[in-house]
Amino acid sequence: MSANDADIIDALVGITPGSALDAIRARRPEARAHAQATYRALFTPEALGAISAQERFALGTFVAGLHGATAVAAAYAARLVDSGSAAATKDAVETAIKEARTHGPYGSYPAGPLSREDTAGPIYRVGAATRQALGPRLPSAFEHTHMLVFHPRDAAPASLQALLDAGWSTTDIVTLSQIVAFLSFQIRVVIGLRTLAGRP
Amino acid sequence: MSEKVLVPPDHTVPTAFTRAQLDWLPWLEPLAADALTPRHIASLVDAARLKSPYFRLLARDPDALEARTRTDKDIFYNPDAGLPRAERELAAAATSRFNGCLYCASVHARHAATYSKREDDVERLLDAGVTADLGERWNAIVAASVALTATPSAFAPEHVERLRRAGLDDLAISDVIHAAAFFNWANRLMLSLGEPAATPGP
Repeated sequence: MSANDADIIDALVGITPGSALDAIRARRPEARAHAQATYRALFTPEALGAISAQERFALGTFVAGLHGATAVAAAYAARLVDSGSAAATKDAVETAIKEARTHGPYGSYPAGPLSREDTAGPIYRVGAATRQALGPRLPSAFEHTHMLVFHPRDAAPASLQALLDAGWSTTDIVTLSQIVAFLSFQIRVVIGLRTLAGRP
Repeated sequence: MSEKVLVPPDHTVPTAFTRAQLDWLPWLEPLAADALTPRHIASLVDAARLKSPYFRLLARDPDALEARTRTDKDIFYNPDAGLPRAERELAAAATSRFNGCLYCASVHARHAATYSKREDDVERLLDAGVTADLGERWNAIVAASVALTATPSAFAPEHVERLRRAGLDDLAISDVIHAAAFFNWANRLMLSLGEPAATPGP
């Protein structure tokens, strides 16, 4: 088992064997094992298919950055570099995070009684210079990711069509969606357990 | 030429949160039930999910789907102490209400009502939203779920303290954290890969 395969949630929370949180996580052993198995399936699968390791870790870094989860973002950025990504790509991901950060959840409901809860917010479009540095596929993925992270109730078929048009297949979109959605879970478990343990 | 999204058949769009059974219509092509390999079928975990377009779509990445499902089951169904099932479902329903996932909220509001027998409180959560007064213990669970669901997270030591004052031990608080965190995963898939539809009345 490589160092990168050690349990990521344990590492990011700072859980040591025999600690109180170690005992709590041990009471839900399947959740603990399969949260890590999901990480492996999405970031270090046996077959990468049509999504490169660099694309996967660029997405991971972007999602964690949008959450303001500094330590998690740093962990994914380190893996992005280890995966052979150019320094310019990592810089572009960090610029995109600065361009895109806001507060969620916001968005609109189908017209009707819930319309009174509609909350306006930005729709992210990758800046021209950042777009250039991210290459052909990541800009559309980052725009979709921003929607998923901050205003998922605005999701619509047009957003998926933009991904298809940018060269993501249907199967790629399932994996991309799982990466964003899974990290939305992993980051919250890390934040929640750190808070429970009294760590800032 | 790139692939095209699916255009769902004519249907009634639900416009309010409900505990009624909803359908879900995909925007991307699920795998055909008769084209699934043994690996795809294993990834569904439950054979009944063969009927579900949502799970047959997610089966396009079978390793991620299987790990997702096994994580889900342990967080919600593990009977070993911690938070009672009804309140794990409450955290799921509150998270779905706050993110705006009508489909997920319908399923987990039904479960929360079934296990707690508190239909009126669950209905208040759906109608009035996450600031509805549901009594202090449920209010504490809803507030913690909502704070953790905000991006960036607003979950703070005062949420943990409030849950402890409401009688939750640390395993139960960890269950609140995992249930809310898991629905930040589930809501995003359900909201972005298809849409809910009201089922025709009897």
